[in-house]
Amino acid sequence: MLDFTLLVQYGPALLRGFGVTILCWGAGCLIGMVLGFVLMLLRQIPVKPLRWVIRAYIEVIRGTPFLIQLFLLYSGGPSIGLRLEATAAGILGLGIYGSAYFAEIFRAGYQAVPKGQVEAALSLGMSYGSILRRVIVPAMLVSTIPAIVNMMAILTKETVVLSIITVPELMYEMQTMAAETFATFETIVGMALFYWLLVEVVSRLGRRLEARVTRFLTHASPQGSSTQTATARA
Amino acid sequence: MKFSVIIDALPHLLGAAVTTVWVSLLGVLLGQVIGLVVCVARQSGGRAADMAGGVYVSFFRGVPLLIQLLLIYYMLPLIGIDVPPLVASIAALGLASGAYVSEIYRGALNAVPHGQSEAALALGFPGSAIWTRILLPQAFRISVPALVNELILLLKASSLISVVGVAELTRTSQTISAANYRPLEIYLAAGVIYLAINGALALFGTLVERRLQQA
Repeated sequence: MLDFTLLVQYGPALLRGFGVTILCWGAGCLIGMVLGFVLMLLRQIPVKPLRWVIRAYIEVIRGTPFLIQLFLLYSGGPSIGLRLEATAAGILGLGIYGSAYFAEIFRAGYQAVPKGQVEAALSLGMSYGSILRRVIVPAMLVSTIPAIVNMMAILTKETVVLSIITVPELMYEMQTMAAETFATFETIVGMALFYWLLVEVVSRLGRRLEARVTRFLTHASPQGSSTQTATARA
Repeated sequence: MKFSVIIDALPHLLGAAVTTVWVSLLGVLLGQVIGLVVCVARQSGGRAADMAGGVYVSFFRGVPLLIQLLLIYYMLPLIGIDVPPLVASIAALGLASGAYVSEIYRGALNAVPHGQSEAALALGFPGSAIWTRILLPQAFRISVPALVNELILLLKASSLISVVGVAELTRTSQTISAANYRPLEIYLAAGVIYLAINGALALFGTLVERRLQQA
């Protein structure tokens, strides 16, 4: 059975590791979403070479293992003058990896916004900036929330891969503990249960957020109810 | 960048890529079998089977693959089964993919109109024939795109088995770049190989899909 004195002894290290896990996850998700959103916007510009480049970026990121991307960034980076600490490389890697998936999610959301709404806004004389901010993005966020939440849950699981490039997150700290105490079995079972719980919590929170956003819309103004139709169509 | 490094390493990398491919294929095959069994058991095996299947799917979809892999790799010897890393890896990939595949099949089964199995029942088909002659053939056809996608996902996930020392593409790239200090070139080459394999798989999937639509 699990020796609880170990938990006391390694508690601080494990907590620190969990902090790094959450940091990497949060920052990685943020970078991924911002980058993904920018990519999605750039893809709307009707310049063919630009579209090809973005398409290639997305395909390359989605077609190669996350671990290879991390190695390339962390071990390969210094060859071209990109010298990053493990944690920084981990966050950036997670962000880049996420950005390709988020870009596709946002693209689907963008396409699901009814054309008539954009045309109506144009005929009312709204600028592209305000159409984006007031018509497209609100509708898009609602229809893509399930996919965003799903991607964030996937990224929670991907954070353990960062331990391979020695980012001192939870998995890394637990492996250190296992190596030092030979309590391998307990540690791995504990880790499995912990991450199971963590991913479950992230998905539950996401589902609640989803329910909340949709509820807000059903009580909202006519703009809200038309966004509802967009959700139904998406 | 020195491309001669890549050319020198290419035979080793390609050999390792072959390992990656067949480990992933075995994993996916195992996943197919497990997924099918779990799906059928959950649909027609009563409440206990449904709950057990639910826990299995939740666990293997919720826990990071790296942890599943270590769990299987370290736990099997504890219960007296001493397996080489390769076998543990294939088992881990198969168990993980089985959870996803069972959900893919569940979705596909739901897409087969309910009236069909009712009609078969009314015509006096035995339960097993409804499964083998009506539900599964159609469910399989519906799920082909999702299954090809699953194969691609698993191929990428197989890079994680480098951690337990299986000499597949990622592990071999690590070994080579540790020896020649050329990580950038070697990992780029490995990335291109992964991309090529996945591209080929996607193409294969499109062909199979088109063929099934004709039939």
